[in-house]
Amino acid sequence: MSVYLDNSATTKPCQAAVKKALEMMERTFGNPSSLHMCGIEAKKELDEARRTLSKFLSCNDSEIYFTSGGTAANNTAIFGTARAKRREGKKIVTTLLEHPSVLKHFELLESLGFEAVYLKPDKNGKVSLDSISNAVDANTVLVSIMAVNNEVGSIQEISKIKEIINNKKSAAYFHCDAVQAFGKIPLSPRKLGIDLMSISGHKIHGIKGAGALFVDRNVRLLPSILGGGQENGLISGTEPMPAICAFAAAVNDIGNIEKNLEKATELRDYFLEKIKNIDGITLNSPSDALPYIINISVKGVPSQVMLNALSAEGIYVSAGSACSKGHRSGVLSSMGVNAAQIDSAVRISLSKSTDEKDMDLLYNGIADTVKRVRRK
Amino acid sequence: MKEIILIKNGELALKGLNRSTFEDILIKNIRRRLKPLGEFEYRKEQSTVTVVPLSDGVDMDEVSDRVGRVFGIACYSRALQTEKNMEAILENAPIYLAEQLKNAKTFKVEGKRSDKKFPLTSPELSAQVGGAILEKFPHLKVDVKNPEVLVTVEIREKFAFIRGNQTKGAGGMPSGTAGRATILISGGIDSPVAAYMMAKRGLSLTAVHFASPPYTSPQSEMKVHDLLRQVSKYSGNITLFTVGFTEIQEQIRDNCPEDIFTLVMRRFMMRIAEKIAEREDCKALITGESLGQVASQTLLALSCTDAAVSMPVFRPLIGMDKDEIIKISRKIDTFDISIEPYEDCCTVFTPKHPKTKPQLSVLLAAEEALDADALIERAIENTKLTNICF
Repeated sequence: MSVYLDNSATTKPCQAAVKKALEMMERTFGNPSSLHMCGIEAKKELDEARRTLSKFLSCNDSEIYFTSGGTAANNTAIFGTARAKRREGKKIVTTLLEHPSVLKHFELLESLGFEAVYLKPDKNGKVSLDSISNAVDANTVLVSIMAVNNEVGSIQEISKIKEIINNKKSAAYFHCDAVQAFGKIPLSPRKLGIDLMSISGHKIHGIKGAGALFVDRNVRLLPSILGGGQENGLISGTEPMPAICAFAAAVNDIGNIEKNLEKATELRDYFLEKIKNIDGITLNSPSDALPYIINISVKGVPSQVMLNALSAEGIYVSAGSACSKGHRSGVLSSMGVNAAQIDSAVRISLSKSTDEKDMDLLYNGIADTVKRVRRK
Repeated sequence: MKEIILIKNGELALKGLNRSTFEDILIKNIRRRLKPLGEFEYRKEQSTVTVVPLSDGVDMDEVSDRVGRVFGIACYSRALQTEKNMEAILENAPIYLAEQLKNAKTFKVEGKRSDKKFPLTSPELSAQVGGAILEKFPHLKVDVKNPEVLVTVEIREKFAFIRGNQTKGAGGMPSGTAGRATILISGGIDSPVAAYMMAKRGLSLTAVHFASPPYTSPQSEMKVHDLLRQVSKYSGNITLFTVGFTEIQEQIRDNCPEDIFTLVMRRFMMRIAEKIAEREDCKALITGESLGQVASQTLLALSCTDAAVSMPVFRPLIGMDKDEIIKISRKIDTFDISIEPYEDCCTVFTPKHPKTKPQLSVLLAAEEALDADALIERAIENTKLTNICF
């Protein structure tokens, strides 16, 4: 019996997704661009998948672009904006909380002559609206801010950002990396004033290989992957049909977002109450974070040792998202967390199918490891 | 017409009456290394081994690369086997050696004939081939004293062979001719280099690695596999024993003074390695220690570690600087693997101020607190065996 609590890294595909992917490989394997029946059947499935997503996000079908995942969606949005708007301005704004697929791209754009601003979060992992307002000006062409942080679960006030951009007389696009938020909190890009929004299938029990970028119909992007002109010319390449259709199947399988959220909140609170029995635990996630992500530090137990010990018991968590290869988490340090705490940080990420028994086993695993590892 | 490889044994030629045995082992080693690449015939004559591919389409670049890693070979060269007549030789020599000749300024042709019935004498043979080459590559000059490319044309019993410059081989002695030894491998830069160096002197290897989960990761064990796979390209197959070392390290942590943690641990490692070595018919231990590199590698520290075992301990890196060691690790392609940052058991519970001038009596007294024999027995019982082969 294993306890999988690394759902922010990836999730176990749901039955519906697996079934759909298999069907797309065994039966509807055609290329949606082909003009024969085999291709037409696949095209129907592609359209159906797109409709599922647009319905879920309350937008138009033509505003959904399938990508190979969250990273590809972020890259397409940022590079596409920078190229389309390079004559309108040179300033681009983001936060230190972002995923590397955003940050690395900002660094690249800096080297190409853009002026990048990286906003620093407060100790709760939140970027203040004031700091965003101070950064954005008429020369700004892109603001990229994530909805939910992947390491600590902090939630940004994304619904206010478009207003700030408009007040500054800026024509900037607002891109939101919603990979961790999608399917966990209600998200309607239109209502939230989002121009571009990245989501990923395998974080919500789909299979790896498909994500999507919402592109508001008034937004113009230039493509960076050229070829056969798939996805309205923005992302060329034959569509990964099994993954795309599994993505749609997983979306249909999400269930009631509010109820799931309630359950996750109860589980988080239950776990945090229980873990008070162990000395030297600090909660790195803010109290109003998305309850699916719980980041704690365990004094005297390095992250990797905790990971190894839990892993040997069949309990899977992650070390922040701190790259295990020796880098310290940029997110935690930008929040002002001290080095010792970062080095012992553990990220526990829940899914809608996590239950109380999982949290009990996790608690026992942590308690046993602490007892064993802390020096006498 | 086909390409073959001519191999000159190194020190082997000096080994008197054992020579034939050594050569047989060398051929066996080459044979094993080339087996996945196709069928080959092996001919032994004078101090040369000729490798002739029998199957079609053999990748001779790969063959040459693998031969270059076999110990016991001083130098080797690829050669073209042609018919034994001047027409074939004169036509093929410039074409076959074009790559080398194009980029050189000077050359020389050395004709040899072991078949004395061949109509041309050696000097005549050299002169004709030289003429043919000059015709195709008029920029070249003949330099008989110090040529950039030495072209050798050899007339043997059945065929003629054309070859250019020789390539330096891996040197050393054929693996297995010096017996078996056990390398203590950590995952760092040094121990794979030590393993390589002793394999070069003809030892076949078994390896012992100490794993301390959860303090060390499964990834660090995989890293050791990767390192040994690289070493096995030179040494031949290696049997790896991964010893569960957690209990011993925890016992040391809980019962011994902190400043001698590392040395007590090293002594346990040596004793366990020796026990495994004895069982595996190995006659020595090999470590990657280098004098003074860290606290546990001072002269006094090493003598304390040595005192734990009675087997000879080979430390081929003892007099080398780190940069010299790194140079070899790059050469044998282990460096990039070694620097992957996974904890190994040597860095678990590292004391803040380790003793650099330890006394054996202090260590022995500290070890009294532990039930060493039982701990060692349990650790050995808790050993995983992996066969590493390239």
